[in-house]
Formats: sequence, C-alpha cells, structure tokens
Amino acid sequence: MEKFTKLTAVAASLPMANVDTDKVIPSRFLKTIKRTGLGAHLFDPLRYNHQDGSENPEFVLNREPWRHAGVLVAGDNFGCGSSREHAPWALLDFGIRSVIAPSFGDIFYNNSLKNGLLPIRLPEAVCEQLMADAAMGANARLSIDLERQVVIRPGGEEIHFEIDAFHKHLLLEGLDDIGQTLEHAPAIDRFEEKRRAAMPWLPATTEAAS
Amino acid sequence: MAQAKPRTLFDKIWASHVVEALPDGTAILYIDRHLVHEVTSPQAFEGLRLAGRRVRRPDATIAVVDHNIPTTDRRHGIDEPESRLQVETLEQNVAAFGVPYIPVLDDRQGIVHVIGPELGVSLPGMTIVCGDSHTSTHGAMGALAFGIGTSEVEHVLATQTLHQRPAKNMRVEVNGRLPAGCSAKDIVLAIIGFIGTGGGTGHVIEYTGETIRGLDMAGRMTVCNMSIEAGARAGLVAPDDTTFAYVAATPFGPKGEALERAIQYWRTLPSDAEAAFDHSVSLDVADLEPMVTWGTSPETVVPITGRVPDPDELTDLTRRENWRRMLDYMGLMPGTKMTDIPVDVVFIGSCTNSRIEDIREAARIARGRKVAPGVQALVVPGSGLVKKQAEAEGLDAVFKEAGFEWREAGCSMCLGMNPDKVARGKRSASTSNRNFEGRQGPGARTHLLSPAMAAAAAVTGRFADVRELS
Repeated sequence: MEKFTKLTAVAASLPMANVDTDKVIPSRFLKTIKRTGLGAHLFDPLRYNHQDGSENPEFVLNREPWRHAGVLVAGDNFGCGSSREHAPWALLDFGIRSVIAPSFGDIFYNNSLKNGLLPIRLPEAVCEQLMADAAMGANARLSIDLERQVVIRPGGEEIHFEIDAFHKHLLLEGLDDIGQTLEHAPAIDRFEEKRRAAMPWLPATTEAAS
Repeated sequence: MAQAKPRTLFDKIWASHVVEALPDGTAILYIDRHLVHEVTSPQAFEGLRLAGRRVRRPDATIAVVDHNIPTTDRRHGIDEPESRLQVETLEQNVAAFGVPYIPVLDDRQGIVHVIGPELGVSLPGMTIVCGDSHTSTHGAMGALAFGIGTSEVEHVLATQTLHQRPAKNMRVEVNGRLPAGCSAKDIVLAIIGFIGTGGGTGHVIEYTGETIRGLDMAGRMTVCNMSIEAGARAGLVAPDDTTFAYVAATPFGPKGEALERAIQYWRTLPSDAEAAFDHSVSLDVADLEPMVTWGTSPETVVPITGRVPDPDELTDLTRRENWRRMLDYMGLMPGTKMTDIPVDVVFIGSCTNSRIEDIREAARIARGRKVAPGVQALVVPGSGLVKKQAEAEGLDAVFKEAGFEWREAGCSMCLGMNPDKVARGKRSASTSNRNFEGRQGPGARTHLLSPAMAAAAAVTGRFADVRELS
C-alpha cells in the first residue's frame, strides 16, 4: 500500500447524499481480475453521456482544474451499498487520495483505509465550508497532514479530524496489515485448537463441496 | 459473587471469537466461515501469490460462482469473455490453493447467501464473512455475518481472522400480527423507510419481537439480508427452535449427538434479558401494507396504496434536490398513484428473495394467470437445490404456463453482471435489494417489492395490490 503522509491538492465537491458504490463504479466494470485501470470508469453514470460515451461537461471531474482533483468532498453516507473494493481502487486510479464527508458506508470506509485512500469524517457544516473552498478551484487547494490529523483550508485554518491510531500508523508507513496479523499466528493456533476441542461439531466445508 | 454483565447476542458471538484483544479496543477476531465468489476474490488470491502465502484453512472456506454466470443453459460455458475469465480465474485459484468449490453444473451451486444456510455450512454462533455486502443474510441463523472488501478477503484467506473494532448494538423490535398480503420483505422495507439508509451505520442490528419470532428462516434471511440497506454491516436473529429444525434438515449440518451438543451451546446465545443496546427502535406491523419503492434508495418506500411523493413538500433543500433527481431518473411525476405505474420487466430472484418459500409465494399469485402483454418476467431460483425442489412441486410448470421464464440459479438481474439486464428507461419490479441508479443495467428503473407483489405486477402489467388478487 502507498504511504499517506501529507497531501496538497485541488479538491472537487460532490454535494450529493448516499452516493452508493454502484454509482462510484457500476457492476459491469467489476469483471476485471486486476486492481488497476478502473479510474476511467469512476462515477461512470455521472461522468459520461450514455448516448455516445462522451464526457458530461457539467460534471465536476470533467472540468478544469478538478480534472486533477486529489481530494473529494462529498455528502452524507458516501460509499454506502456494495462491498466492492473497486470503489476505492477507481478513486485512487483517478488520482483521488482522500474523501471527506460527514459519514461513510462502513465497508467503504474500511476498504479505503486498506488501500491508502484516506477517508475523513467531518461535520456537515465543515464539509459545506470545504465544498465552498473546493469551488474556488486551483486558487484554493486543500492540504491534509495525517501525522497531525488536520485538514488545512486555503486560508490556513486547521480542522482536526479523528482516525484510529492503528490505521493511522499503517497509512503513514504504507504497511500491509496481513503482515501485522501474522505476528499473532501463535495465538491464532492456540485459539483454533481450543475451538476444535470445544466444538467438534463444527463441520468442514470440504464435505459440502465434495 | 459479582453478577456477570448482561450481554447481547452480538456481544456473546464477538467475545467467543476474540483471538487477541488489543489495547486500542480492537481485536483479532476469528472467522469460522469464509464464502468466496468470483467477483471479489481474484485480486485477493493474486495478493497471496505475490506474498508467497497460503490459504490457512481451506476446510473453513467454500467457493462458488454466482454473480457472472448466465441463467440460461450453461452446458456450453459462458459466452461473455470477461465473465468467463473471472469464472476461470476462480477455478484456477481454488485448484491452486486447495479451496473446496461447487462448480456451476453442480445442483448445489447457487447464490452464495442462499447455499450457505441451505447446505448447513452457515450455522448459529459462527462468524461468517464473504466479499459481498449481503453476507448479512446469514445473520438469520444467529451468526455474526458481514460483508468485507477484497483486502479483507485476502486477510481472512491468509490468517482466518480479521482485525476489527466491535460494532455498536442496535435493536429493531417488530411486533404485531403480519397482515395478509404482507411478508418479510414488506417488514424490512418498512424498517429501512423508518430508520433510513444510514440508520444502522456502525451498528449490528438484532431483530427481535413476536413478528420476527414468527417468521420462518427464509423470512428471517430476507430481513437480515437488507440490514446493509439500512447501513448495518450485520443483522441478527437469535437462534431458536425454528433455527434448530432448519439446521437439522440441512444436508451437511451437524447430525445426531453432534447436533444435540451444538443446540445446547446455541441455546446460550440469545441476548440476556437486561442486555443494553446503544440504540433501539420498534415497529408495529399490524397495519402494514405491501410496500414498493419509488426512488433510487431503498429508504424511498411507500405502501402500494400510496402515491409518488412530492419533493416540494420537503423543507431540507439538499433532500429536495435529491428526490427531484430520483424522480427524474425514475421518470415519475409526484402524486402518481403507485398502482397506476406500468412495469416492463419483473425479476423474482436474488439473495433477498429466491428461496423455495419465495418461489411458492410468487407461484401462488401466478397460478392460473398470464403475464401481461409486453412484460418480461423472470424467475431465478437461488440455488440448484431450490430449483429442483420447485420443480418437484410443479412450480416451474405454473410459471411457464403463465408466461414466466424459468431460469438456472444465480445473482442474475439483481445487478446485471450476467446477460440478464434491464434496458435503459425500462421499469422493473424486482424482489432484489437495491434500486440504485443503474443497478440492474445502465438507465434501468428499479422498484423493490416482495415476491407475491412482483408476481402481481407481472400478471397485471403494473404495480398492483396483491391483496386484491389472492
């Protein structure tokens, strides 16, 4: 996973509530066996005209300078719905490294953290201010300092955000959490042994699929 | 002696799976069952390969194809090259990593959330995960079951655990006698309409109350399935005699003395009487009516006797704009009676409503009637075993006679990853779980409802009150 430390970027605003992951990346683009190349299909239904596949000039990510946005400021419950990790993959592939919203779908939030995409929860009123900043485009870049847990507005005002210490550490160092968990392998072995003894009736899947 | 703190069903399952409690309140949580399908697993297996890791517990893992596969005759394989590649990739991965796999032509093949409980692979008290948000379905067994992303799929394959923070406890209590014409689907649509699509975020929902207790396992699965549509990663129903009888009848669940021992343990799982919930809501369904969604979020739901609402009645400007956008997408005018809206496509299927009980309900309405002219109606059983059972009961003949298409098992038109799609601008009456924009195909207009209501829409050519048909 790519490290996340500091970011200064153009922010794009998407003032819609309940943007589900089907809207972030529709199911017909999930037939890939790779993690890359999904950026072209990010927000497909909003971004392209369905008649001819041309860009919808109204959509924020098709306009300068937001075409180069590194931050997305979105509405409530962003990333609800499907568990598809293709949603953070598509955002990252497009160039977005952080999404700021009043709240997120739980699975999307988790998936983002595991890919170096920083999800930041901030109150609705603050998100509205950041959306106003975002509308000013390249003259008003937002900065994010993960170590200090602050979003820095164009005028220098700092807004604190919460993130749990474990994920903050993984993001700052770009670490793989499977490696972290495997350090607990002896405890997992002991747990399995105990469980097998206490619940010998737990069937193996091998039977059901043989 | 100090009294132990009363615990919820969730608290008990969580506690019994903690491998290691970490100082920050998170835990390494043991996973009993990992269900794998073709869409969200290729990158996970690739990750294992790149890191030189193995699958820790193949015997706790089971793989099946469901999302991509056609529901017409499958003996000649899959035409669509990308779908075929994804299915072949899964087949190569399960072979390379030794994961038990149910192939597409096997009777046991089906939607992952239908076959888990049906085969006896998903049991009470377990932790169950799958790279699919509707894993919440298995919570109906009294198991902690939730959807995960592909990175977590890889994590579970490699470690048989997840690093998790405990969810908050939410209770949704449902009481009252369920009126004729209403089903579990109407209950859960009413719940989502009431608490909203974000109402359960951060929580595990336990469904309690006499109405839930009175539901059969299929109904409980329908309710738990849509927990994620209220934002909750997991839904739960406490295991009881209904659950135990269901498990006893599964082909691969524990039997005999093993089952007795298991039941003894499962009886200790229900929430203690004094257990505290972070959030509680209750619902009386005595006056419930069959429900239909009108917008592009599952919370936008009205009774079939209702009308398309008017965004101008909202004071919140963002919500008003949201509703306008939905009506524009759905091609609906405020004030239109739901029963005046014509449908083009009817889909009976999906992990929400494709079990034998659902198929019987739809068949009851279809029997002796004809699909309205111009309507395409599909019945897609949730598994090969459901299909066989329905055929043994003669239900396939009922549907075919009425002009429905009788298909092979799979996810099908719920998300249109296979050839079953709703065309742009067409209106679908669907027993699935999501009416999101483009969910059933680009530009498709989806309305969610129960199997009986879907069958009623098929035979009348518009949304119809099933109570007037039965």
